[in-house]
Parts: sequence; structure tokens; C-alpha cells
Amino acid sequence: MSETPNELRYAETHEWAREEDGIVAVGITDHAQDALGDVVYVELPEPGQWVAAREEAGVVESVKAASDIYAPVTGTVVAVNEQLEDAPELVNQDPYGDGWFFRIEPDDAAELGELLDADTYAETCAAEDE
Amino acid sequence: MNRKTALHAEHVAAGAKMVAFAGWDMPLNYGSQVEEHHAVRNGAGVFDVSHMTVVDIAGPGARGFLRRLLAGDVERLAEVGRALYTTLLNETGGIVDDLIAYRMRQGYRLVVNAATRDKVLDWLRTRVTGEVTVAERDMAILAVQGPEAIACCESVGVLRAAVLPARFNAVTAGNRTIARTGYTGEDGLEIMLPNEEAPALWRGLLGAGVHPAGLAARDTLRLEAGLNLYGQDMDESVSPLAANLGWTVHWNPQERDFIGRRALERERSAGVATKLTGLALTVRGVMRPGQRVVTEAGEGAVTSGLFSPTLGYSIALARLPAEASQAADVLIRDKPLPARIVRPPFVRRGHAE
Repeated sequence: MSETPNELRYAETHEWAREEDGIVAVGITDHAQDALGDVVYVELPEPGQWVAAREEAGVVESVKAASDIYAPVTGTVVAVNEQLEDAPELVNQDPYGDGWFFRIEPDDAAELGELLDADTYAETCAAEDE
Repeated sequence: MNRKTALHAEHVAAGAKMVAFAGWDMPLNYGSQVEEHHAVRNGAGVFDVSHMTVVDIAGPGARGFLRRLLAGDVERLAEVGRALYTTLLNETGGIVDDLIAYRMRQGYRLVVNAATRDKVLDWLRTRVTGEVTVAERDMAILAVQGPEAIACCESVGVLRAAVLPARFNAVTAGNRTIARTGYTGEDGLEIMLPNEEAPALWRGLLGAGVHPAGLAARDTLRLEAGLNLYGQDMDESVSPLAANLGWTVHWNPQERDFIGRRALERERSAGVATKLTGLALTVRGVMRPGQRVVTEAGEGAVTSGLFSPTLGYSIALARLPAEASQAADVLIRDKPLPARIVRPPFVRRGHAE
């Protein structure tokens, strides 16, 4: 059973978002990393790049498939997880921690509220698995 | 409803993620396909390949029948136990299937793909002339592969009643056939045995430290070893000459008129237009089947592509113009990424080629 921590918000496209001091950290969920299998390569946006919510901001390649990563909120990328370049397996090992992808300074912090809460996201995953 | 192998409960007990494959319920992985891959390269892994189709060809006409049907000549199997990897061709030289033919005490045993089972059984049965029997065998097959594979098999008594066969040979001991063959580029055994005996052998091997390995690891291992996958790297539209399998065709003796021979001869004298060759991506990214490949000699396509766990970069088989050499660009999400054109295999016995 995949973990879906309560304090996070989720996109239907399986990204998570965590707000810390006005900055939103983004990664992919435990459910997503499990479905992808071993991650071998992550293509991240450039720091300084402006990304729009629900639009492509990167790619995660696993042994199985390539999958787009969508920005959960609109804003400017202020940091990317450079550790993933040499250790993409962090996405599998610690999807909600060291396996984060990038951080966005949101144009509108209220946009986070439009994302799913943990229970709703978990239900979405359960429905997918059926 | 998918068929289940005799080891289904063992897979579930080992935590397998099961998937539908060629009408069977098969293990994709047991957690991490990369760990399974490394276990086979560095130690020993066991695959349930009971979904493969085992067909025994017997009767006084068996040899003549297979000399007509197979691109490789079973006449070359001088002794019982010898094996031959070859192809079944149609009249236009296209590959109906690839297979291993073993010479048995009574006739021959073919091990063909699971996905082609119905087609191949039909192909064989409708071409039988004279005294030939074609009988499918329902049995389990365990492929134990890796540098430690044979020692592990010995430790659980697999070779108690049989001598270790030489590479690409098989021995029969009681109701088991033990072949020194595989699909990983490593040494190892493929053990064909009655379904009811398979779970105990599986558990014994796991107890001896053999890592269970699923279809996903099987794919990365076979591609590193430069081995084609039927339906992906070759099919009925491609001849063995265009599928890097020219070596599986036995042209001599010239009077052996196997199905597809004339088409192959025409193709050979006209010049083969395309080739199946290897690609190694020189930058980060992962090649996938279907991606376009651009070379100075024209365009081609990736037939199998993935991330090589042994090498740490992406490798592929690609169908390219015959003249293409050295460098190519692979279009990955519309971006051209540079790759080297290389001759497979990429990895042999645990090491980069």
C-alpha cells in the first residue's frame, strides 16, 4: 500500500506539493514511483524558469517508461534537486524526502488549495488500481 | 483468464508483481528489476519460463521435416543433447519464430516463444508430411542464470543424476531435461521438468541463495547480451539476414531446400537493405522502441531500447540502413540525442564489450 502523507497536496498526475515558507517543493508520489519502477534518469527544469500549473516541467525515466512531470502550481523554479543527477534512485527510496524534484515560488499561493488532499488522492490511486 | 504456471503461488509468496504476458500470468519483478538484473550478472537468478512452448517432434520423418522447416540444419546436431538456435521462416524469408532445437533420444524438442504458440503449432501441424508427430508438452521450465548458477544448481542436487552438459547442450535425467542454455549472456541452466516437481526445485534454489528474477530483468539482460526479442526486433516482415541472425542460417548443403531459402538467396544477392544493430546513447536519456533514428545513410527506428543497469547508460537495438556506421541521432521526445552505432552484444559474461 502506497503512502500518502496528510500534510501534502497532490495533483491527479501524481505529483505532490509541500509548502514551506512560501516556497512549494514538488516531487512524485510513492504510488507513482512504485508504478514507474526503478528510476534511472530525471530531466528537471532550469532554475529561474517560469512554469505553468498542469504543464510539463520535466521528465522522469524509469527502466519501464518515460513519464512527464507536471508543475502542480504556476510560478518560478527557484531550486532543483541536483542530487538526482547522480542518484536518481532517491526517487524510489525516498519520494517525499530526498527524492524531491524542484521548488517553485508560486505566483499565487492560493493555487495550492486547488490540489487534492491526501484522502482524495489516495482514493484516485485506489480507483486506478482496480 | 490468463494461464498460470506451476510456480504461480511461489511468485506471489515471493512478492512478485504479476502481469499478463502472452496469455499467461507472469512475474514482472519481485520488487526491483535492477537488483534482479545485478543478481544474475554477479551471482545467480532464477526465472520461471514455463510459459515458453515445448514441442516434441518425433517419428521416422522428424529429421527430414525439420530440415525442410528450419533455417538451421538439424543434421548438424551430431549427437543426442546437442542444441541449435535458429528460425522458422515463411516462403518470403520472414521470421515466423525463433527457437532452440534440441536433439533428443527420440526425435527433437523445440522450445518456441509463448506469444507465437498457436501460430507455430498450426504452422508445424499443417506442414507435416509422412510419419511425423508434433506434440506439445505441458511442463515447467526454470532458467537459472549467472556466474554462480551452476554451483547453486549443484548444491540443490539438480545434477545428481546427470553430468553437467557442455554449453549449448542438454542432458536428460529421468523426466527432466537440463540444458546449458539461456537468454541472459551468462552461463546457466534451463531445466525442463514436470509441473508438480517445479515448486520444490524453485524453493530449493531460493534457499541456496538464488534470486528470483522476473520478465523485466529478463528484458534488460537479453538486450545487454544482444539477443533479439521476437515481435519486437524481428517478425514475419523481416528475414534473418536483416535481423542480425544470418549466422543461424545454414546454407550448406546447397540441396537442402528449407522454406524461405530461395527468398533469402535473392535477398543476399540483391544486398540486404537494412540491418539490425546496436546503439549506445552517449548522453543521459533512455531510448525506447519506436523512436526514430537519423543517420548519414538515412533513417531507421529503435526496435528495443532501455537503460542498461550494467553499463549505466541507455542501449538499444535499431533497424538502420545497411550503410549506416559510427554515429546516429535518436529522436527522444523530438530532441536529437547522439548515439554510437555498435555491434551487439553490449555485455558478455558480466562485462562491457
